[in-house]
Amino acid sequence: MVTRLSATFARLRRNHRLALIPYLTVGYPSRDATPTLVQAAAESGADAIELGIPFSDPLADGPTIQAASQVALKSGVTVAGALEAAAAARTRVDLPLLFMTYLNPILSYGLDRFCRDAHDAGVDGLIVPDLPATESAALRGAADTVGMDVVFFVAPTSNEAGIDAACRAATGFIYCIAVTGVTGARAELEASVIPLIHKVRRHTKLPAVVGFGISRPQHLAALQGEADGVIVASALLDAIARAPQDAEDAVRRFLTRLRPSS
Amino acid sequence: MSGTSPRPALPQGGRESLEGPDARGRFGAYGGRFIPETLTAAVEELTAAFETAQGDAAFRQEFDQLSKSFSGRPTPVYRADRLTQAAGGAQVWLKREDLCHTGAHKINNALGQVLLARRMGKQRVIAETGAGQHGVAVATVCAKFGLQCEVYMGVEDMARQAMNVYKMRLLGATVRPVQSGSQTLKDATNEAIRDWVTNVRATHYVIGSAVGPHPYPLMVREFQSVIGREARAQMLEETGHLPNVVVACVGGGSNAIGIFAPFYDDNVRLVGVEAAGRGLESGAHAASITGGRPGVLHGSFSYLLQDADGQVVATHSVSAGLDYPGVGPEHAYLHDTHRADYVSVTDQEALDAFHQTSRLEGIIPALESSHALAYTMQLAGKLPAEELVLVNLSGRGDKDLDIVRASSE
Ligand SMILES: Cc1ncc(COP(=O)(O)O)c(C=O)c1O
Repeated sequence: MVTRLSATFARLRRNHRLALIPYLTVGYPSRDATPTLVQAAAESGADAIELGIPFSDPLADGPTIQAASQVALKSGVTVAGALEAAAAARTRVDLPLLFMTYLNPILSYGLDRFCRDAHDAGVDGLIVPDLPATESAALRGAADTVGMDVVFFVAPTSNEAGIDAACRAATGFIYCIAVTGVTGARAELEASVIPLIHKVRRHTKLPAVVGFGISRPQHLAALQGEADGVIVASALLDAIARAPQDAEDAVRRFLTRLRPSS
Repeated sequence: MSGTSPRPALPQGGRESLEGPDARGRFGAYGGRFIPETLTAAVEELTAAFETAQGDAAFRQEFDQLSKSFSGRPTPVYRADRLTQAAGGAQVWLKREDLCHTGAHKINNALGQVLLARRMGKQRVIAETGAGQHGVAVATVCAKFGLQCEVYMGVEDMARQAMNVYKMRLLGATVRPVQSGSQTLKDATNEAIRDWVTNVRATHYVIGSAVGPHPYPLMVREFQSVIGREARAQMLEETGHLPNVVVACVGGGSNAIGIFAPFYDDNVRLVGVEAAGRGLESGAHAASITGGRPGVLHGSFSYLLQDADGQVVATHSVSAGLDYPGVGPEHAYLHDTHRADYVSVTDQEALDAFHQTSRLEGIIPALESSHALAYTMQLAGKLPAEELVLVNLSGRGDKDLDIVRASSE
């Protein structure tokens, strides 16, 4: 089945172009900021966008996303609010949108209901960092019913069985974690991510997208020709945090500096 | 005492072996492994190491030997005559885990897991702590074996359990203050998990209660069930009978599961006592089973205190060790299958039991254990004199003196 994600990656592959996937916490830096920031990102080189639904206990995340999640929760962002924000963003952009959230908020909302409502809001895929492939049958079923992609992770510590399970369960792309650790901008890209991508290639034809720590143009350059895309989260949120009054401009400037348009 | 919440239907498959969990770490619908992929291989390695160790006589012998010579086991059971008299009904017996080295049952699990960490060749050990009893226990065993030890603790708990912070430092551990969220046990656990995600190759994470991803709930139960095995044999020897009721406080549920499990096949009523804080209606409590609904936190599916949107809520208990929004998955299963009953006791009721036990028995109990004592006194008064109620006195109250003094001023 051709989905927005598969069509996007197919087009980018033909053009030998890395997918640039920025991450925005819904409701950060202010409650209603998200649709505008999505549009700004789309106009600044983004090929898909990840929307984080904030959770009180984001245990795979470092200080940046923790802080953004707290701000968003305090401003009253809920799962229903995130669905509305996604629907509003969808009226402005045509690129793939993915939700990133921990399991409990969507479990509480109801997995079937969540997948249906996310699909109706124009969301294309889900990323759930505390849901390994081995525990994913219920979400996978709910997502398949509405044709929603579900992305799984591989990590530098994954063994062959873990990589195989993630690659079998995933649709859309495989999320390759670049560091042994939590999210957060890092100066260096660990070289070990390249062999991890190679391992993934032996298990699947799905695109391999690298995330965690990506913050600089050099990181993209190092992954060009190896990965199919990059996810940029904490570094972008840090840029927004430095200029919360003009978040839209911060997003545009950060993304165009990360990958100047050719 | 507050009432219990309505129970959801049994998970599919009905009553499975109480010995559980299955290969996926499920007790009925509960448990499992909801963790970031970075931890998956480590948790699998831990499962394999634990299974091998369990089948290894040398490991069990080392655990038993050190439980005796280092932790001070077996701990006695004690007939509390003046509490019995005050309750005016069933005989009250105490399992004296307060007499363990470091002052609580936490040493049982700390010893088992640190021995396991050594077998796995991990040089660095991390832990989270609430009351500080688990942190002190882990720091103690790490000192004995010369392992590097770092303990995450919420700054609110560091203030209210300052003596235990000092003890951990004396023992050579590093105490890492946690500023995030409610600055209590939940947040300390988040930070410990983040540390583990970052340093997983050389680090073992000693979870302090019967919570977390599989195999932790099983492993903690196995290391803590020495409590129930001893108590069962001791009650038979001293009274000729099994107790009619076994009562334990439930934070994450390790002392409770440890005393419950060896009684699963007996006709013995099991009661877990949660922290009702300022009352279940107030919202300021930590009663996950009696006041929450199923959800996922810290790697497993179990009862959880959460808002309508699935966000984990702030908890309150006068007792730092019970001040946690989750509970071990096996307790969720015991609740749903009606094998155990879960009730709750307020801060004030626990404080009253703290004073009563101190004055009537010459035993100063931990505030956590005082919750179990408070319920036991209410229950014993309603039961006939020939019945026996055994309560797990999970720890001693030295660490709580400042809180109790402040509460009575
Ligand atoms: C003495 C004592 N009892 C009970 C607890 C609660 O933990 P659990 O429910 O795992 O036994 C603690 C935790 O710190 C404790 O120190």
